[in-house]
Amino acid sequence: MTPSNPPADSAPESPARGTLRGAPSRHARRWKERGILSLLNSAALFSVFITLAILWVLGAETSNFFAQDEVSVGEFFGTAQWNPLLGAEKHFGIWSLVCGTFLVAGVALLVAVPLGLVTAIYLSEYAHPRVRAILKPSLEVLAGIPTVVYGFFALTLITPALKTFSEGFGSFNALAAGIAVGILILPIITSLSEDALRAVPQSLRDGAFGLGATRFDTSFKVVFPAALSGITSAVLLAAARAIGETMIVALAAGSTPKVTMDVRDEIQTMTGFMVQMALGDVSNYGVEYYSMYAVAAMLFVLTLAFTLVGSWIRKRYREVYD
Amino acid sequence: MPPQMAETLKTLANAAPDAEESQEPPKAAVRMVGLNSWYGDFHALKDISLELPENRISAFIGPSGCGKSTLLRWINRMNDAIPSARAEGTLEIHGKSVLGPATDVVGLRRKVGIVFQKPNPFPKSIFDNVAFGVRLHLKASKSEVDEIVEWALHRAALWDEVKDRLHDSALGLSGGQQQRLCIARAIAVGPEVLLMDEPCSALDPRSTAAVEDLMLELRKSYSIAIVTHNMQQASRVSDYTAYMFMGNLVEFGTTADIFERPQRQETEDYITGRFG
Repeated sequence: MTPSNPPADSAPESPARGTLRGAPSRHARRWKERGILSLLNSAALFSVFITLAILWVLGAETSNFFAQDEVSVGEFFGTAQWNPLLGAEKHFGIWSLVCGTFLVAGVALLVAVPLGLVTAIYLSEYAHPRVRAILKPSLEVLAGIPTVVYGFFALTLITPALKTFSEGFGSFNALAAGIAVGILILPIITSLSEDALRAVPQSLRDGAFGLGATRFDTSFKVVFPAALSGITSAVLLAAARAIGETMIVALAAGSTPKVTMDVRDEIQTMTGFMVQMALGDVSNYGVEYYSMYAVAAMLFVLTLAFTLVGSWIRKRYREVYD
Repeated sequence: MPPQMAETLKTLANAAPDAEESQEPPKAAVRMVGLNSWYGDFHALKDISLELPENRISAFIGPSGCGKSTLLRWINRMNDAIPSARAEGTLEIHGKSVLGPATDVVGLRRKVGIVFQKPNPFPKSIFDNVAFGVRLHLKASKSEVDEIVEWALHRAALWDEVKDRLHDSALGLSGGQQQRLCIARAIAVGPEVLLMDEPCSALDPRSTAAVEDLMLELRKSYSIAIVTHNMQQASRVSDYTAYMFMGNLVEFGTTADIFERPQRQETEDYITGRFG
């Protein structure tokens, strides 16, 4: 092409070509990118660091506990008498605390699983979108109530109500605490299960309806089984939450560690014991002080196990639809 | 074949005798007179009148959004799931009214099976997929369910491929096998009419051929209505073809007439690819 003068009425120059100041040099830009990246990295690493620090403290203090003369690993895991404070002889058998914990968590799950699953199926399969738009947020409000409120709710409302049914209920008892914990974990089960149910492809519902299945058949025989892995993991997550719940059991379940299946009894959970230790004026470096860490480590392992099994089930048994 | 099984099959398949096809026009399985349908304010089907003959394959063709799927989904009331959908007019299957609140929708859907565009087996075993509808509708003993499942899988030309892994997950089957499983699942409850909503559009050519062969085989026992985007498919498998456009039934006739001697210019334009 031969060079020629531009036509007189050529398009105006782009303003970006003119006198505007150029972008930062390539060098400066690269350093800025690096700075941002390391800032983001350290923000993400911070939570990892905190977790590791907590684990380290837990581990160190737990080994301090087992280094004491009065305790042995065999007694801790092998016996069920927990009596770290009073009496001539102190006993550190974790199982009475574990038993109390599982009693309360068991009651909570018995309350929350049926109720939560039925609610989830209703919300996902039956409810009109408008009803759902009101119900689901109000369920999530339930999750925002401070647990101390549930605690005195159990103490001042549930327990007196239970006492009208049976004189056998103590002022502190496992059932009232379990019911309150059940209400606490209800939104977790409902919300996560509902998510799992709604993730089931519509084509499966169409298939069932097309075969003449009623809405009930479709919900319970097709959609629910298809969502079972998500529902199981929701229940395990809620179980971990119930096991770790502190305020309600500290207020309403009592402080008498014992191995029992009687929900009318006063019991003590692992978390309840830790509250008692942390609030009480125990000597800072006595064996009962260190026992708090051993119990915390046990609790950590238990809830971690539930969480891990839950996410494993979700991954392993999730049906993959393309 | 054990006599008991023969009995089951007779009630299930409503099997027409595999006789020579007479030249007389067949009876109508599905009859529509002045059928109109709306989604909210949108007029999706306009005054449709036609008769789908018994034991024949009728294909519905037309550009996307022409109403052919809507029409199909009224025949077994799948549109009930769409709150804004409503229909007026006459729609009958073997003389029994389909529309209207008095219709037993569960019974209707047992009589009118449906196969969808994308294979949608339940995340259950192959066996349980086929047994699902049977267990819903029949008080059958375990051995009767076994029999029906085997029969349906044979009928869907799938038995030989799955007989050794009946209790494996149906999701492990190939797409074409899954679609034939969905057909087996549909015929296991003993329908009279089979609706197929683009049953091959998600399948590879080989699987498509298998499903088409199956349709030609099933035609002896069932009245089949198929929605398809594939005009070769319509001309290959169907006895009758309906061309729809913008909610109107433009032309309905034997497939030979529609493809070779269309009466309407629009039909010819669509079929020859000048439009759509």
